[in-house]
Amino acid sequence: MLAPEKTWWKPIGRMEKTWLTVALVWCVFLTVMMPLWYYMGKQNVPAETYKISPLDYNAKVTEFVEKYKVGEDTINGIKLPVVEAPGGSDVYIRASTWQWYPILQLRKGEQYRLHLSSMDLGHGFSLQPVNINLQVVPDYDYVATITPTTSGEFTIICNEFCSLGHHTMIGKIIVK
Amino acid sequence: MAALAPTTPWTKGAKDDYRVCGVTTLKVDMHTERLIIANAIMAVVTLTLGGIAALLIALTRWQAIHLLDAAWFYRLLTLHGIDMLVAWVVFFEMALLTFGSTALLNARHAAPKLAWAGWGMMTVGGVLANIVVLFDPKNTVMFTAYVPLKAQPIFYFSYILYAVGALITTSTFFINVVVAKREKRFEGSLPLVVFGLMATAIIAVFTLLEGAAAIVPAFFWSLGVIAHYDPGIYRNFFWGFGHPAQQVNLAAMVSVWYMLANITIGIRPLNEKFSRLAFILYLFFINLGSAHHLLVDPGLTFAWKAVNTSYAMYLAVLGSMMHAFSIPGAMETAMRIKGHTKGLFGWLRDAPWNEPGFSSLVISMVLFGWVGGVTGVTIGTEQINMLVHNTMRLPGHFHATVVGGTTVAFMGFTYYVIPLIFRKELKLKKWAQWQPYVYGGGTALLSLGMITSGLQGVARRSWDITFAGVVPGTVNLTLAIFGIGALIAVVGGIMYIAVVLVSIFTGERKEAATILVAGGEGNPLLESASITEEQMEKKQNQPKGTFVLVFAFLVWFAVYYLANWWLLGRTWFIR
Repeated sequence: MLAPEKTWWKPIGRMEKTWLTVALVWCVFLTVMMPLWYYMGKQNVPAETYKISPLDYNAKVTEFVEKYKVGEDTINGIKLPVVEAPGGSDVYIRASTWQWYPILQLRKGEQYRLHLSSMDLGHGFSLQPVNINLQVVPDYDYVATITPTTSGEFTIICNEFCSLGHHTMIGKIIVK
Repeated sequence: MAALAPTTPWTKGAKDDYRVCGVTTLKVDMHTERLIIANAIMAVVTLTLGGIAALLIALTRWQAIHLLDAAWFYRLLTLHGIDMLVAWVVFFEMALLTFGSTALLNARHAAPKLAWAGWGMMTVGGVLANIVVLFDPKNTVMFTAYVPLKAQPIFYFSYILYAVGALITTSTFFINVVVAKREKRFEGSLPLVVFGLMATAIIAVFTLLEGAAAIVPAFFWSLGVIAHYDPGIYRNFFWGFGHPAQQVNLAAMVSVWYMLANITIGIRPLNEKFSRLAFILYLFFINLGSAHHLLVDPGLTFAWKAVNTSYAMYLAVLGSMMHAFSIPGAMETAMRIKGHTKGLFGWLRDAPWNEPGFSSLVISMVLFGWVGGVTGVTIGTEQINMLVHNTMRLPGHFHATVVGGTTVAFMGFTYYVIPLIFRKELKLKKWAQWQPYVYGGGTALLSLGMITSGLQGVARRSWDITFAGVVPGTVNLTLAIFGIGALIAVVGGIMYIAVVLVSIFTGERKEAATILVAGGEGNPLLESASITEEQMEKKQNQPKGTFVLVFAFLVWFAVYYLANWWLLGRTWFIR
């Protein structure tokens, strides 16, 4: 709070210099970790994106469901198709208030190109208990290349507020 | 020799409109005094509203109690965000900017009418936002109001009104500093605290401009003038406002840290250059932080995300790590000069723990750095964010920074504003002395509960997470920790509001005679002026204890950070 002396531009002390150097090295390490993991790690944030209108996306989802539908299941009292596409192919999930459509059936160890987009509001794709979380934004087709490494039934919850029924927005992914 | 306030006479007929503070020897323009009081009162009012909402939503998320229905939960959550993340902190910051640009420079308020216009717009905007959210369910869109979730035009209008008001008040900061310099109120450089507030004001300007870039089109889109508003673009601009707004809090909070250390311990900065450089790092790099909220968004490349989320190269983080050394270091040196030289931490044991300004300062630094800072850098790492985005770990992080850090510091500072600016005797002193511990303790528990719930996948902003049927039983435990922490924090909040209200309404109006709340005739603020370079350079007065503490901090930082990479490595493969 005091006015500084006329010349306050003084050399930095030994302890500050040491801490500054160590902190800077730590900052460089934090920075390097991201590109390092980008090239060597197996869990990276998807970047592949296409602009798409909700109508066009819906058409793709419908075509996908018709082609690969293997059964039906019920969530929140609503019948949803269960869809299984071969490994390596494009699979689609459509978010809308308050539903994830359809139910996907995947194989452990196979790779899929998972498309995510929304019909209306922003939604949050949160796969539990795997705990992978991605933002779903209308007008954008977000493509995540995923490989399930565990099997069982996984729940998709919505973790972006999408008005009053938000917490009821549940979906399912089955991994065999 | 450093001096608190040079004594050039006032000019231009403003001669009579000031008083000299008997405790600090600062000259306080009466316009300054009234503006600080007006902004501080609105800050406490909005804090009270946000606090009531906090209690109710916490009792709802505490699954065992689950108090409100879904509609009211989401509505009050919207209100809580607006009142706490914007109104309370920004009103308080406007009071700080007014104080820093006039009283601390021994200068008059050069644009009081403009400042009142700013305050008026902020008040109308803030009140309007509360009313439209509370009484119209169509405005339950959260603090973030993500397009295409549409609110009524008046909702966006209240945001705009508030932001323009804040922009006007911020502009008076620059006007005051320039006029003070021209009228030779101070010589040479700005005092460090005003320098920090200058950084705050500059960050506030571009923050508010980005807010306008997001909200003004949303207003027209809500009116129907604009047919389509790209949700990705909105998110980018909104967070250009939303995240830097928290960095305004950061810079203001660090400035308050220096003030509290000065008032309660009587520090001299170890090295002015070092501390100022740290503020400059904030200024240049902190704006990039908007990317923190877009790390798992479509449409952005790895390179864009990595460069922005890391503030170029964690250079803003470096700024905070510098302050983390320089503030406790200056405190340690000042304590050692007073004779508390025993061992590494003798100075800490002998510190004035019953002085609320001191305890607030320490609690604020610990919660901000050890909890808020470490979790923030970790979850702001591009890949790790996939485990965290929109889970409760997020509010867990920012309750440690904005509540445990900024709010605790602002509350502690209030106990000196009341006798010195309001010129009211501080009442309920015992409450004031306990308040930082209660509030800080509650906030720590609340953050812990949120972070551990989020680690188990619990979503933020969700009325009921049991629907999904996927949450493990331990979530009930962590949500209970969160709920109990929230209750304790609410008690601490009530204690704060009680001290403020009782002092204002029943405190005797008088010129303050002493500066310390806990008693004692000492005036560390003025005494700090007599600390000499020789004293500071003596071997026994070096901040050895702080040196050990910052390395302990670094170890904890590294452990938490690396543990999260390990966690990420166990999940599904994704690219």
